[in-house]
Amino acid sequence: MIETLEIINEGGTPIARRAHIGVVASGNCELLIEPTSEPRARVLIRTSVRGYEAAWRAVIARFFERHPIAARIEIDDFGATPSVVALRLEQALEAAS
Amino acid sequence: MISDGARADRWTQRRTRKAERLARAARYVRNGRFAASDAVAVLEAILEPRDRVCVEGNNQKQADFLSRSLALVDPSRIHDLHLLISVLGRPEHIDLFERGIAQRVDFSFSGPQSLRLAQLVADEKVQIGAIHTYLELFARYFVDLTPQIALVTADAADGFGNLYTGANTEETPTIVEATAFRDGIVIAQVNEIRDELPRVDIPGSWIDLVVVADRPYAIEPLFTRDPELIDDVQVLMAMLVIRGVYEKHRIKRLNHGIGFDTAAIELLLPTYGESLGLRGEICTHWALNPHPTLIPAIERGWVESVHCFGGELGMERYVAARSDVFFTGSDGSLRSNRAMCQTAGLYANDCFVGSTLQIDRDANSSTATLGRIAGFGGAPNLGNDPHGRRHPSPTWLAMASGDAEIRRGRKVVVQLVQTFRESGVPTFVERLDAVELARSAKLDLPPVMIYGDDVTHVVTEEGIAYLYKAEGVDDRRAALAAIAGVTPVGMLRDSDRTVALRRSGVVAYPEDLGVRRTEASRSLLAARTMRDLVEWSGGLYEPPARFRSW
Repeated sequence: MIETLEIINEGGTPIARRAHIGVVASGNCELLIEPTSEPRARVLIRTSVRGYEAAWRAVIARFFERHPIAARIEIDDFGATPSVVALRLEQALEAAS
Repeated sequence: MISDGARADRWTQRRTRKAERLARAARYVRNGRFAASDAVAVLEAILEPRDRVCVEGNNQKQADFLSRSLALVDPSRIHDLHLLISVLGRPEHIDLFERGIAQRVDFSFSGPQSLRLAQLVADEKVQIGAIHTYLELFARYFVDLTPQIALVTADAADGFGNLYTGANTEETPTIVEATAFRDGIVIAQVNEIRDELPRVDIPGSWIDLVVVADRPYAIEPLFTRDPELIDDVQVLMAMLVIRGVYEKHRIKRLNHGIGFDTAAIELLLPTYGESLGLRGEICTHWALNPHPTLIPAIERGWVESVHCFGGELGMERYVAARSDVFFTGSDGSLRSNRAMCQTAGLYANDCFVGSTLQIDRDANSSTATLGRIAGFGGAPNLGNDPHGRRHPSPTWLAMASGDAEIRRGRKVVVQLVQTFRESGVPTFVERLDAVELARSAKLDLPPVMIYGDDVTHVVTEEGIAYLYKAEGVDDRRAALAAIAGVTPVGMLRDSDRTVALRRSGVVAYPEDLGVRRTEASRSLLAARTMRDLVEWSGGLYEPPARFRSW
């Protein structure tokens, strides 16, 4: 059963380019980051692991606190820990800057 | 003047009792040897209730024939033994208590039996004297826990009872020394009798009885880590350690704890470390088991010497072929020694890097979890700052704080952890499970592996907390929170304070150290598979079957 979670962060500076990071593997996640015309970041998470909404929200809030960007981010999660998700987000941003 | 025999005997009673015990077993013994089929009878003849019995249970090899035999003695004759053992790792070790043969235990580590041990405590079938670090337990063998009987293991014996321990000498000489020189009885199980030994590791005059075991002693390849299972987060943490700890403090003499986190560092030395121009500048001298993941660094000329606690299955030929690096005997094979290597790690190393399961906000760490009594092994010894150290080194001096006339250096003690373990369990917690475990298992103290005041650095995928630089408890806690991610401890992070801590160098994030997260990928590993390790070794490394997919 796939759970979908959308998190929006208002404001932020646009990113330069599209980037694709991560792998489809257990304990990992795949992440796509794209420029957007909207003045906000929109994160769409698809995960098969339920019950971690609070952790997802905390990781994403941390990320935008550090990097206020406007972008569209899609994450396909395969049971990644918050540590892996945080790394993938940072990697995606480095690649998209 | 002491002249009459009766009075002289008063001072040699231990020797007399030893002779009596051996005499009881004499009918089973020929030329210092007895048959495997008589092992239980010999133990029943020699042992007495309440004896202190040291069973050689090392981290790697186990005197399993003798421990299996001990578990078969008649509990109505032999009972209430006090078991002394480093690693309470085999099922029959627990059987000793379930059958009432043993009643009390002093030990270091119980890994695979940690669940059953906790159950024994709950059932009041065992009394735990204390849980020790290895060197501490060995030390007590020479003070208040000297064994009456030691059951040890070796690769081979000759006709004189000399022992050859091969690559896995581990703690045999230490146990034998404590027992033999205090009129205890030493029984050695061997895999075989040879006319001539490749070398003598323990002289025959220290050994009382030898038995050829029913099968070669049990041994586990505990320190083999398949590079295939190292992930990108571990690569990032390894980069942080190399830049933010090893390069920064010029760490040359060190030990790595067991695990994939440290294996990643070893595999990054010849790639990432090389790109930073650090060969010869860091990681030259090691107190370490023969980790297969160190092979690429050795082959690239990074490593000057490695002294080993024990051997590692499959590494025998490689080690023998690299005797410039490893400590080897005249026969060419590895000579390991746990007591010596723990001493080296304590006094001669400048740095310890280890992982753990839980860390609290004061950086106390523990591998204890509820319902399991796992113990420590060597980490508390390797991961503490020895206040008896007097010789300086650049690293040790760099850790000194203040500018008082009288001051001391400090060992670098690094805890390397991901903020979350697999399946989303946080590593950073408000309270260690060890606290509750101490209560339920009736331990005097919570089993803390490394106390926070010994920890100088905590490294996570978020960054490094340079705790040794923090001024006061509040700063330490803030620094730890700054790298603890979204764990309960990390949620206490204060953004303004984190900025200040980064500015003063108490906290560093990857960008502060020039570490690019996009580079943190498995492609940086010098070996990505077991097969790569075999290739690096020129075919000398022979991984056990379970690690081979080909």
